[in-house]
Formats: sequence, structure tokens, C-alpha cells
Amino acid sequence: MTDHILRMSGITKTFPGVKALQDVTLSVRRGEIHAICGENGAGKSTLMKVLSGVYPHGTYEGEITFEGEKCAFGSIRDSEHAGIVIIHQELALSPQLSIAENIFLGNERAKRGLIDWNRTNFEAAQLMERVGLRENPTTVVTDIGVGKQQLVEIAKALSKEVKLLILDEPTAALNDDDSAHLLDLLRGLRESGITCVIISHKLNEVIAIADSVTIIRDGRTIETLDMAGDGVSEDRIISGMVGRALDSRFPPHQPTIGEEALRIEDWTVYSPSQPGRKVVDGASLNVRRGEIVGLAGLMGAGRTELAMSVFGRTYGVHISGKIFKNGRPVEIRSVQDAIKHGLAYATEDRKRYGLNLIEDIKRNISAAGLSGLSRRGFVDEHEEYRVAEGFHKSMNIKAPSVSSVVGKLSGGNQQKVVLSKWILTEPDVLILDEPTRGIDVGAKYEIYTIINRLADEGKAVLVISSELPELLGLCDRVYALCEGRITGELPREEATQERLMHLMTKGQE
Amino acid sequence: MTTLTLGGGRTIPARYVPVLVTACLFVAMFVVGGIRYDGFATGQVVLNVFVDNAFLLVVAVGMTFVILTGGIDLSVGSVVALSTMISAGLMAGPGWPPYVVIPLVLLVGSTLGLIMGYLIHAFEIQPFIATLAGMFLARGLCYTIGTESIPIDDPTFTAFAQTRIDLFADLWISPSVLVALVVVLVGAYVLHYTRLGRAVYATGGSEQSAVLMGLPVGRTKITVYTISGFCSALGGVLLSFYTLSGYGLHASGMELDAIAAVVIGGTLLTGGTGFLFGTVLGVLVLGLIQTILSFQGTLSSWWTKIFIGLLLFVFILLQRLFSTRTRR
Repeated sequence: MTDHILRMSGITKTFPGVKALQDVTLSVRRGEIHAICGENGAGKSTLMKVLSGVYPHGTYEGEITFEGEKCAFGSIRDSEHAGIVIIHQELALSPQLSIAENIFLGNERAKRGLIDWNRTNFEAAQLMERVGLRENPTTVVTDIGVGKQQLVEIAKALSKEVKLLILDEPTAALNDDDSAHLLDLLRGLRESGITCVIISHKLNEVIAIADSVTIIRDGRTIETLDMAGDGVSEDRIISGMVGRALDSRFPPHQPTIGEEALRIEDWTVYSPSQPGRKVVDGASLNVRRGEIVGLAGLMGAGRTELAMSVFGRTYGVHISGKIFKNGRPVEIRSVQDAIKHGLAYATEDRKRYGLNLIEDIKRNISAAGLSGLSRRGFVDEHEEYRVAEGFHKSMNIKAPSVSSVVGKLSGGNQQKVVLSKWILTEPDVLILDEPTRGIDVGAKYEIYTIINRLADEGKAVLVISSELPELLGLCDRVYALCEGRITGELPREEATQERLMHLMTKGQE
Repeated sequence: MTTLTLGGGRTIPARYVPVLVTACLFVAMFVVGGIRYDGFATGQVVLNVFVDNAFLLVVAVGMTFVILTGGIDLSVGSVVALSTMISAGLMAGPGWPPYVVIPLVLLVGSTLGLIMGYLIHAFEIQPFIATLAGMFLARGLCYTIGTESIPIDDPTFTAFAQTRIDLFADLWISPSVLVALVVVLVGAYVLHYTRLGRAVYATGGSEQSAVLMGLPVGRTKITVYTISGFCSALGGVLLSFYTLSGYGLHASGMELDAIAAVVIGGTLLTGGTGFLFGTVLGVLVLGLIQTILSFQGTLSSWWTKIFIGLLLFVFILLQRLFSTRTRR
């Protein structure tokens, strides 16, 4: 009989009006890496919160057995005491404290009530070496990148003698190098006998690292697959997640390409925080009407920085280069200028930069195009309502009414609000930065359909994405960006993941 | 996934809940007062709350604009005092007529607000610090005009101040109340029907996203502090109608009363949600507490502070529940 370190059975968790989990079963073998996959809202995070005691015993039904004992965790403290540590997607570090202080936060190395700094820093250094973090233990956490912060979290977990480590979307914010390092680290932990549960949207990583995968859909366990046994592929997992085989993840599209809409020449941007560092270096690209152009690049390649510096200089200093709109040179010095010249930019960080989460749908939609809805400073509320209602239908925004608060919508519906907002400004060029990040598979398809429709209406679309399959499935042409420089341009027919990855990493094929 | 449900929150949009709570509180206080004290449940009691707090209402309107953008203005009390000092000083000393003095006072207040707003925007100074500096500056300037209370005896000014506007059935209000109501109506109109109003809410809701939506965030911030400065100066003018004097110690701590009124009125201190109508209710609740205590007679006026303190706790708790729910 297999040795299971954790068994959760019959877990049902109800929120007022919603059954978030229904009779969920999860069995994790000792010493394996177990992946949990499911669409957004499928109940993965809720399940982990039940396990780690965020939702205390008694607020859910079902049984948890850990290390052969029945558990009734009343709080995170209890579960950590048992050896279960959860690392959330949003890291929980104290930004102004040092790495060592963070590692032992709440668990200080003290002698007679006073902190033993020598021991703290020494033990921190040991833990840091174990996770492959080469930094000084006294370095302040804000001064290291997200990738390294993630390692600090893991070191912190190790300091607590963790038996079961849960990672919620650990690589979502990491670039490929850091992700690869993290996955290696997890393999190392597996060697040393620590069991890991990872929740991930990145199926290629799941395939690469997991020993088994449990698929959750609509709050129920669908199946648990053994990676070694039944040759599991990405498509196999996806079909489990969505409940249907996805023949085509991308809607078919026949482009009608017209005149050039936007051209950027020799665009150079310097970092505002690190003087003298070129973030974008002499980049030139163009987008034509009716065309969907992709911009591929690893994290830190300067994709977002390029887009934001073009969009009203919202990023960077000492910006130089030329912008041509419909063949004529234009000066764009502010977001207002950009909107006036028919540019729109949908940010990669919807929640922080793209939406006013505490405001309702209609006011979010009207925010950027308010000048078109108002006369002499006064807003025409009837027109605003009518316009918002129009988008509510045409974009298929799933919400009871346009007065619903945007913060409560799902990622896909929030993105539709963002797109509606920009469509209202009647742009000729849309720059979409990670348009499907954090959006579940079904809603992605809808977003792709909308993007195709925009192109068919004669708009030029520039899509920035970390997911190469998305760029290949959606775009008519793809640029590759590497360390701020455009290193190649491939038409759809010639583009493959391998060729793009070469351009993105080495700057050549 | 927080799933708190406030009373009635399922049918009423969550953003109206705090205002409704305040409205219910006001009604409840009025009813209790009416049952306990003879002569309490009359229209004039409510109107007197307006008469006695017209200046606070005007100041609180400006404060609402600022807090809606996520800022704070600590300088309002001092600007009120400075306004009474300038008014009294210019009318008592060189004997300038009110129709010159009042516009000048409003200009001074607005300019102070404009400068603070500019500092906050251009140098990214925290509003708390910038307006704290403004608070000390304005309070100090009062004493350069005079250290004693200066009485106002300009005949036009006093005549206007003592006018009673009779309504039906023996009810009356002062001209200050009319001024305050006009300010409230104009403020509410601006907040809800203009692009400036939208920019105010959007800035408070998420400043970074407002910038990327092409909203004039910098201009909006400067404008709200200017509005607050203007409202403070106007509040100062109304206060000098009320007291017929100028004094450097007038309105000490009034910035906190104004903030309390705004918060009790249901405006979120982090900005982005709230209504001017709520602020009106907030001022009325504060005023009614004082009225009840004066009817009670036996309690010292410090009880006002105690009740305001308790109320603030309740409302801050309410806001906390509300904001955790929307933020998820």
C-alpha cells in the first residue's frame, strides 16, 4: 500500500450562496511533487486554505488526515506546527526587513528574550545556501527581485521544519530563469524528503516537475493522474480542466491587412531607478491596420517598458526615438496625447493599473473616453449608461448589471471591462499587455475572439505575451525582444516556439 | 474570498450602506431626543443644528473632496482662523468694506490650498505632511495680525450676520445656512455630474490606474486642495458672521471635526467612495449630539467628544468591514 502523507476526503466548503468545494478528495504520497490544476475559481486556493487552517476546522465538512493522524487545524499556526507551510502567490514578506529577519520572523533566534543576531544571520546563511540564494543575509528584501524573494519564502518554510510545502502559483511572477531555478530547487527538496503541492497554471511546468496531478473543476475533484504511468500531456490536463477536448484553443482568423498605423523608430528608454541602464535599446517596429502583431520577450526584456514609454511616456527617462502614426511623425508626451492620437494601452496589471476596483462597471468603462461622453465638463449619464449597457452585451460581460462593482468580477470579465474602456476611446492602435494573464481557459477564447474582431474592424493590435503558444496562435507577425533590443521578426508561417525562444534568449537563431 | 454580508447589503448596493447607517442614526437620535426632552422634536431644533454648524458644513464639503481623492487636509481649521483674522483685521483697522474683504479672504484661502496642492502633486509629498505645514503656517500667520480677539462692528457685516430668514410656521434660518446649502448643492453637482467629479473618484479609487486612463490626476489633486482652501476660507467668513470677531484661537481642532463628519458620513478615508450627502448627515449627527447634551443640561460638553469618539470607532469598524469585502 502506498504511503500517503496527506489525505483529504469529502471536503465540502460552502460560502453563503455558493458551494466552493463539493466532496473533494486529495491524496498526496510521501515525497512526491503533486500538482493541482484547475481553471480560476475551480476551488484550488479554497482547498489549500482549508488544508492550512485559514478556514478553521468546523467551517467545512470532511476529513483531513496528515501523517496518519486526523487533523483539526484552528489556524495557520496549528497547521505550521504540524509541518504544513503554504506560500501564497502574493508573497508575505516584510519589505523593509532583512532576508535573515524575514526568515525567522515569528520564530526568532533569541537568547533570554534578546535576538541573537550572530545565530540568526548564520542560520539564515545556511538556509539560503540550501535554496541557492546568493545574497547577504542582512540585505533588505525590497532590494532583491521577486524570484529571490520567492526563495526567501522557501527558506523561511525550511526553517520551520516543513514536511509538506504548498506553493500557490509559485512561478507566475518569475521569469524563465528564475522559474527554472525554482523547479530545480523543488526537485532538490523532493530528494531531501519534503513533499510539495504546487498549484500552477503553467502546464508545461506541471508536466516537467510533477509526479502526479489532481484536476479540480467547479469545486469537485475530476481525476488524479499519475505522470509516470499514463503519458500525460498538456492537452490531456486541459481537457480535464475544462471538461471538453480543446481542438482549437484559438479561434480561426483570416486577416485583412491594410496601411501602416503605427511605426516606432530607434526607440530608446533609460531606467528611472538605475541611472544609465538602457531598458529599451534602439527598438523599431511597426503595426498595420487589421494586423495582430506579437511582441515576445522574457520578463525583464523591456516589453512593458517599451509599451508604456510609447503610451504617453508613463515609464522611463531620457526617451528618444520617433513615433509615426499613419505615416506622419507625432509627438506623444502624455497619456492624453496618446489617447488623442488613437493609442490605447491595456496594462498587464489589471488590478493595480487598469481598473478602479471599488468603482462600478459603467464608470470604469467611461473613464478613459469621458471627453466623448461629456459636454463642457458635464457628463451625460444617460449616454454613459447606454454605452456601458452596449458593451455589457456586446462583450458578454458576466455581471448582473453595469452598476456591479468591478472588483467582484472574475479576471476574464475584468479584462473585458478594460477592453471596453479602450474601445470607447475609438483607438486605431491597441497595445494589449498580457491580455489573458490570470484568466481561465474558457474566457481566454472569448478574449481572443474580441481581439480578432478588433483587427477585423481595421484596428492595429500589438499583443505582448509571455505565453509563446498564445502569440503563435493569435498573431500575424511576431517580434522578439531581448534585453531591450528587437532581435527578430517572424511572420506567422515561419514562427515556432523554438525559433522565438532562440531570439528571445540569445538574440539570434 | 470574504463573504461578509452587512444588514440589507444584498439588496442595497454596498456603497450606500454607510450613508444609510448614518441617516438611520440621525433619525434615531432625533426620535430618542424627542421622547426624552420637551420641546426637542421641533423643526427649529434641526434648523438650529444647521445654523450653529453652517461653517463646519462648508469646511466639511471641501474636506470631502480631498478625502475622496485619498488625501487629507489638516490645514482647514487654521485657514478658518486666518480668515476670521483677516476679515476682522481689515474691517476693524483700515475699515475696508466687506465686499472687498470677503473676496480677498476667499482668494487667500484658495491660494493657500493651491500651493499645498501643488506641493503635494509636484514633489509627491504626502498630503498629511504638506497640510500639516500649512496648518502651522496659517495658524502662525493669525498672530502676526493680532494676538487678541478682534471684534467686527462693520454695520453691513453685522446686519447681514444677524438677519433671520423666516420660513413658514415660525421657523427660521440664518443667511449662513443658505450659503452652506448652496455650497453643498454645487459640490454634489460637481462630484456627480462633471468630469472633475469623476476624476476625483477615480484618483481616490486607484491613482495609478487613473493615470493610465489618461485622467488628469495631477490637476485633480491641485484642484481639490484649492477647493478645500476656498471652503475653509468661506467657512471662516461664516464663522465670523457667527461670532462677529476674528481670533487666532478660533476653530482650533476643527480640521478633526471636519474629518470626523466626513468619516461618519460614510466616505472612505482611503478615497474613492463616499457622498456629499453623507457629509451633510455627518455634520448633522455631530451637531445633534451637542443639542442633545444641551437639552440634557447636566452633562458637561466634554461628553460631545466622548460620543464623537465612540461614533468614530463604530464607523471606522464599519468601513473596515466594507473595504475588506470589496477588496476581497
